[in-house]
Amino acid sequence: MITLVDYNAGNLTSVRRALTHLGIPCQISADPESVRRADKIIFPGVGAAGAAMQTLRQRGLDSALKESFAKGTPILGICIGCQIILEHSEEDDAECLGLLAGKTIRFGRGPGWNPALLKIPHMGWNAVSVTQPHPLLAHLRPGDEFYFVHSYYPQPADPGQIYAVSDYGGEFPVAIGKDNLFAVQFHTEKSGPAGLRVLENFIHW
Amino acid sequence: MLSKRIISCLDVRNGKLAKSVKFVDTQDIGDPVAKAKEYYEQGLDELVFYDITASSDNRGIMLEVVSRVAEQVFIPFSVGGGLRTVEDCHRVLLAGAEKVNVNSAAVKNPGLIAEASKAFGAQAVVLSMDVLRVPPSPSIPSGYEIVINGGRTRMGLDAIQWARRGEDLGAGEMVVNSIDADGTKEGYELTLTRLIAEAVSVPVIASGGGGKPEHLYDVLTEGKADAALIASMLHYGEYTVGQIKDYLAGRGLKVRQVSR
Repeated sequence: MITLVDYNAGNLTSVRRALTHLGIPCQISADPESVRRADKIIFPGVGAAGAAMQTLRQRGLDSALKESFAKGTPILGICIGCQIILEHSEEDDAECLGLLAGKTIRFGRGPGWNPALLKIPHMGWNAVSVTQPHPLLAHLRPGDEFYFVHSYYPQPADPGQIYAVSDYGGEFPVAIGKDNLFAVQFHTEKSGPAGLRVLENFIHW
Repeated sequence: MLSKRIISCLDVRNGKLAKSVKFVDTQDIGDPVAKAKEYYEQGLDELVFYDITASSDNRGIMLEVVSRVAEQVFIPFSVGGGLRTVEDCHRVLLAGAEKVNVNSAAVKNPGLIAEASKAFGAQAVVLSMDVLRVPPSPSIPSGYEIVINGGRTRMGLDAIQWARRGEDLGAGEMVVNSIDADGTKEGYELTLTRLIAEAVSVPVIASGGGGKPEHLYDVLTEGKADAALIASMLHYGEYTVGQIKDYLAGRGLKVRQVSR
């Protein structure tokens, strides 16, 4: 069974509806034990890093996720779930899960940044360029666009853990991963057929 | 670079699709869920549902529509009309919408924008405004006045100032609907759209007057809009989303193309 981690962070029902549409059974759970037992884990979320981490810790879901990662359970992070798998987020100066080395940083620091042209949050459809092949990014077409809503982005310490980038005043990572963990900054559940494809790829991973 | 978004607006009354022309004599033209799915498959980027149900007794029907849309349509959508409290907003978000669209209720009670933004995040709060062109005056220096009740009640509020205030209160996007252009199919109100897009730093969605693909091109370039709202162009089958996007792409705009 696929378990969607419930930590009061938004888009759970959207993800569940997308999985239902694909004919994939899943359960939403806030219970660390069912996360530990899950065959696969989806770790979605919208909201702020600080509050998200606080809820994860209160529910004991932080250690459940770390254990599941360590024992090889396939995990898909979405949006906030792509940010707080790193060690630290600039949002709320939050200490995060640290499944991957690196940090989540705010838009607007790069040399190509023009605040008159580029708005924060980065909200809308943007093209995703695959930088190294990954099973979860299979069957995507060059130029496929995905839906984003975020002000921060993930920056793994090891560039080898970056699988796709987008461009918004400079390139930034939008798909990162290591071993049994993969995470996307875009909302795969709201990105039309291309987004559903990523979810389907995860099911078959 | 973000793509320019094409958004369609579906007016829903008692669970049925309607299209208002100059905000009078609305005429039912179908099932909103079926239409939403059709446009999604054509490659539409986003949807807006306005509940124009007159009686609050029938609000539950709208939540059913929202929930059925969310099960079949995997692009973002917002819901507006009749949302007066944070609790109203919460209900449509729970039913599956990404965003709420507040209009008249926010003019009467600007605190609604702030409360909803605090509760759900700015990205979930769209401030929609109906705007009428008037002679410039000390209280309406831009010559664009906010109106409510489908254009019947003038509020003595300058649209540019209201847009700035809405952003300060926490709106994450603005829909700028020109009452003068709405239903004419003669093109968007470019000056109004540009003035608001220059006044705020959140995305601006132009609404009212779209009748041909070149109207969208004009408002997405000269009008400086981030997105354009269309209704009858699609609802009456005059154009497909693909045809509109092909036109815009052909003129050099970045739009999201889906596999066909």
